[in-house]
Parts: sequence; C-alpha cells; structure tokens
Amino acid sequence: MIVIRWIRAFVGFWIDFVVGDDWTVAATVLVALLATWGLTRAGLPVWWLLPAAATASTAVSLRRATEHARRPTPPP
Amino acid sequence: MNVTVSVTTFLAAGIEVIEMVAIVVAVGGTRSWRAALVGAGAGLIVLMVLITALGTALRDVPLQPIRLVVGALLLVFGLQWVRKGVLRIAGQGWAVGQGEEHVDDGDVPPGRFDWTGFVLSFKGVSLEGLEIAVIVVAVGGAAGALGSAVIGAAAAVVVLAAVGAATYRLVARIPRRALQLFVGALLSSFGTFWAGQGVGVSWPGGESALLWLVGLYAAVGVVLLHFVRGWQIPAAPTGTPPMLGEVR
Repeated sequence: MIVIRWIRAFVGFWIDFVVGDDWTVAATVLVALLATWGLTRAGLPVWWLLPAAATASTAVSLRRATEHARRPTPPP
Repeated sequence: MNVTVSVTTFLAAGIEVIEMVAIVVAVGGTRSWRAALVGAGAGLIVLMVLITALGTALRDVPLQPIRLVVGALLLVFGLQWVRKGVLRIAGQGWAVGQGEEHVDDGDVPPGRFDWTGFVLSFKGVSLEGLEIAVIVVAVGGAAGALGSAVIGAAAAVVVLAAVGAATYRLVARIPRRALQLFVGALLSSFGTFWAGQGVGVSWPGGESALLWLVGLYAAVGVVLLHFVRGWQIPAAPTGTPPMLGEVR
C-alpha cells in the first residue's frame, strides 16, 4: 500500500510539474519541439519557432484564465 | 601546470557555472533555499559519481538528448511561473509578497520539503556540471594537461559560486511576485535554449542567445501583464469575480 501511494505521489508530482495549471501550454511546447526538430532536419532555420510558440501559448492561456475569472458567478 | 589550459577552462566552464548558479539562486529566492541547496548538492554528487565512473569516456556522453529532456521540462515549468506571476501581479500588484517566507497558495508546501525546487536545482546543476566535465575532459585531454583543466574549472566553480552566494541578500529583497515572474522568464529561457539545442537548433549568437531569450521572455511577461490588467476590468453584474491572483 505504501509503495502504491508513493508511486501515485511520484506520478502526481511529475504531472503537476509538467502540466501545471493549463495543459495546453505543455502540449503546445511538445508540438513546437516536434515541429522544430522536423524542420531543422529539413535544413530550415527555425530557431524562432519554439520561443514564438511558448509566448503565444502563454498569452492564450492568460486570456482564457482572465475570461474564466471575469465570468459571473451565479447567485446562490 | 599549463596556465593557458587553466585560463581557457576557467572561461569556458565559467559560462556554464554562471548558468548553474543563476538557476540555484533563482530557485532558492523564489521557492526554498533548503530545497535549492539540497538539489544542487545531489546534482554534484551524481556528477561526481558519473565522472568517477566514466573518466575520459565523458567525451562520448550524448548531451543532446539530455539537453532536450531537461530543457523541455524547464521550459514548461518556467512558462507556468510566467503565467502565475502575471496573474498575481495583475491581481495584487508588484510589491506584495516582499520578505515572505513562501510564494503563496501552495506553491511551496509549508512545513514540507519542496521537491519541485529540489528537482529544478538538481537538473540545472547536473546538466551544467556534466557540460563542465565534458569541457575539462575535452580541453585538458587535447592539451595533455588534465590537471590544469580541472584547476581552471574548479576555480570557476568556487569564484562564481561565491558571487552567487553574495547575491543572496539582494535576491531576498526583491518582491516575491516580481521574482516569480522574472525567474519564470529565466527558467523559460534556459529551457528554450537547451531544448532547442536538443532538437538540433543553431541559436544565432551561440551561448549569447540566452541573453536575448531572457530579455524576450521578461518583456513578453511585462507586455502580457499590461494586457491582463486591461482584460481584468469587471463585467459581472451578478457576483464578484475572483481576484486574478486566485486563478489557477
């Protein structure tokens, strides 16, 4: 039981570390890394792609979080 | 002793040590000094075991996949901090949090060891340390002066770690929310740089690309903060919207 709890805590830690509050940011980074790898192998200078994807996904995530915060809470 | 080899190794390793110390000080300042220092110590121990086990075979260690994994993890974590920092500053201002023991809202579990801080510090120290070891073996081995190369690298570690330790009080004076935003930018920059190298990117300017990446992410954070403050204007007639700093 202790081992299972430990494994669950370990997996939970890494999911929280990687995914955090918004899984779309981590997913965008993963897609951007794959695209950068493929395009670099094709000989294209795509050093800008990863920082561009990272900043764009953070902006979209912040926009979504702000909209969520502004959404009116229904009266009790 | 070969002075040229020592100076060359000091300068080459110095760049890596600056990166290593920056991560440890940033993690210590924003999360937990204990976790940052234990993580750094664990990274150094793993490194010493690797150096002892591999010796000059270190030259053949493939750094690219290690950079990719460490870089990708640092990038996604750094972006989370940029996001959190922007939301908190937009909701509660820059100065809040100065002198606090912890960041807030469960980032650092009170009374428990901060494993996130440990992992960040451990990864930074072990990857940079591995690169320093490769530099020592490459420069020292090529010149037939391994001892001189070790002295140069060790001097870089001692001098720059002392500089890092001296900045502790300066870092502690920066408000936590501001520090979280800029440490997020710093971690994102290292992550982008290493992950990019891991997938074969040639950064314009080589190692100096780290400087413009830090500037880029910090500037993006400040610009996003401006936008988020604009988006934040309440439009809710039936209920009070939560503070932006409370948003997950």
